Amino acid sequence: MREVLEGSQAVARTVARCRPGVVCAYPISPQTHIVEALSVMARTGELAQCEYVNVESEFSAMSVSIGASAGGSRAYTATASQGLLYMAEAVYNAAGMGLPIVMTVANRAVGAPINIWNDHSDAMAMRDSGWLQLFAADNQEAADLHVIAFAAAEELGMPAMVCMDGFVLTHASDVVELPTAEQIDAFLPPYRPTQALDIQNPTTIGTMAGPESFTETKYLQHLRFLDATGVIASWSDRFREAFGREAGGLVARYDPDTLDRDRMAPPASSDDLVVVAMGSVIGTLQAALEPMRAAGIPVRLVGISSFRPFPGDALREAIGDSRHVMVIDRALELGSGGVLTGCVGRALAGTRSRLHSVVAGLGGRPILEASLQEAVRMALDGELGRLEFLDLKEGGVPTPAAGATEVAR
Amino acid sequence: MRQVRVHGRGGQGVVTAAEMLARAGFLAGHEAQAIPSFGSERTGAPVVSYCRFADVPLRTREPVLAPDVVLVQDPTLLLSDRPFAGLAPGGLVIVNTTADATAVRAEAGAEEADATVLTVPAMQITMTHLGKPKPAAAMLAAYAAASDDITLDAVQQVFRERFPGAVGEANAAAAAEAFAYVRDELAEVAAAAGSEA
Repeated sequence: MREVLEGSQAVARTVARCRPGVVCAYPISPQTHIVEALSVMARTGELAQCEYVNVESEFSAMSVSIGASAGGSRAYTATASQGLLYMAEAVYNAAGMGLPIVMTVANRAVGAPINIWNDHSDAMAMRDSGWLQLFAADNQEAADLHVIAFAAAEELGMPAMVCMDGFVLTHASDVVELPTAEQIDAFLPPYRPTQALDIQNPTTIGTMAGPESFTETKYLQHLRFLDATGVIASWSDRFREAFGREAGGLVARYDPDTLDRDRMAPPASSDDLVVVAMGSVIGTLQAALEPMRAAGIPVRLVGISSFRPFPGDALREAIGDSRHVMVIDRALELGSGGVLTGCVGRALAGTRSRLHSVVAGLGGRPILEASLQEAVRMALDGELGRLEFLDLKEGGVPTPAAGATEVAR
Repeated sequence: MRQVRVHGRGGQGVVTAAEMLARAGFLAGHEAQAIPSFGSERTGAPVVSYCRFADVPLRTREPVLAPDVVLVQDPTLLLSDRPFAGLAPGGLVIVNTTADATAVRAEAGAEEADATVLTVPAMQITMTHLGKPKPAAAMLAAYAAASDDITLDAVQQVFRERFPGAVGEANAAAAAEAFAYVRDELAEVAAAAGSEA
């Protein structure tokens, strides 16, 4: 059924239909609506056979999730920003222990200065934690990705983050079609833990590994992470066949002219500038690039759906013969450039590609279609630098146009 | 595509107004999107929210910069919040106030703006029916009265669904009164235009 839903509601209802055994979370903007909705469903019984655990911090939220998952339950949590950083130690442990927890990250900037609005710096800080990191382009995909995340995480024995842009998606209302409980029951296998603590047969998960075995443990974790690309692609294919729409995958391709998502879209050609982006800015890019294509401007769009594992092969295939790439980056590697740009650059090493890093939308700065179009024009005219800050105002804090931005208030 | 911007203050249901508008637009057969603008969520602070309708799925995530319709839920924002900023030529501005359109334009510094300006005492209407200063239903009904984008039925339906029981009914009653008020206002405008001609 197509309906208008707030992004957080769409995610909460989909998570509930995945039948988690334990939900444990600590509220933080902009994730709050998701866990509030789940707590209401736990109270009313809509979220049946699930224990909703209240804790005093994000560190405990992840720790309870680890305990629940190690005890054999399908475990879910959600957080953002400082909350994600506060649980960081436990985030790494969940991955090292091979526990398939699913966590929504409602992407938000990290302070200081304190800022509640969207960018990707929180998830990027956990990029090497050993979690899958799947990024949603819109609220339909944010909901759908949770089904794929549980399936892939549990097959791999590896935790998964579903990253959705805070406020931009979590608090926006869109027309969505949620997977029904029956559809998810038919699609998502029941959780059968490969390891579960049992008091009758005591074992330890996450024991100490000394210098004689730590390298090998990490090497095996790395090999498993390489397997993850195939598993994510496979579950995304099965999702498309079952639900009739594309979600997840490794990279998202877009039709050159309609800019509709299309896995059969041809790779970019040697004349094209390829714009690589991740998260909700993809929607704004679809809107901004369609008229440029209609005017004959050679520009293509490629979305990163799986940031971890990073899909280097799939990205190179989508970029095709193009050697001119512009990355829209919502997180900054200080002193260097965009974080995503670094990953794209590593994937394109040896291809002699021209690469622009366009840092945009930090701390909730709206990304405007006109600004993106101007960046594309400048790149094609040879006027765009290797590192640019979109809509950067020189000389202090700007006064935004009325109605254009939250920061006006 | 139709783009709407809602101005109001924290606590007046500005974000709810955009969400209800998207739902009403969807019921009317449109693709719809509502985007709230969140600040520090203080009661009384100026808040804006946005809504778009289209006949194709909506992709963009940028804020509404050139609204076709502006709803002003709090008339004390006319001077400070620049509600006419970016208004598309021939746009529609509906203000919750007991003053008239001429006074609204003067307050907003928009005497010459190419716009249709309608006023509706949405707060009085809402206080009568609901008893709380949350005029979203009345404002959306005023919009329904002035355009074909949404209908009064759809506005009433989405409020009844969101607030089942007495609150939904009170919002529906406020919507009906605001709708009738604006239809009368439009009839007077049309009659005045007819007598001038």
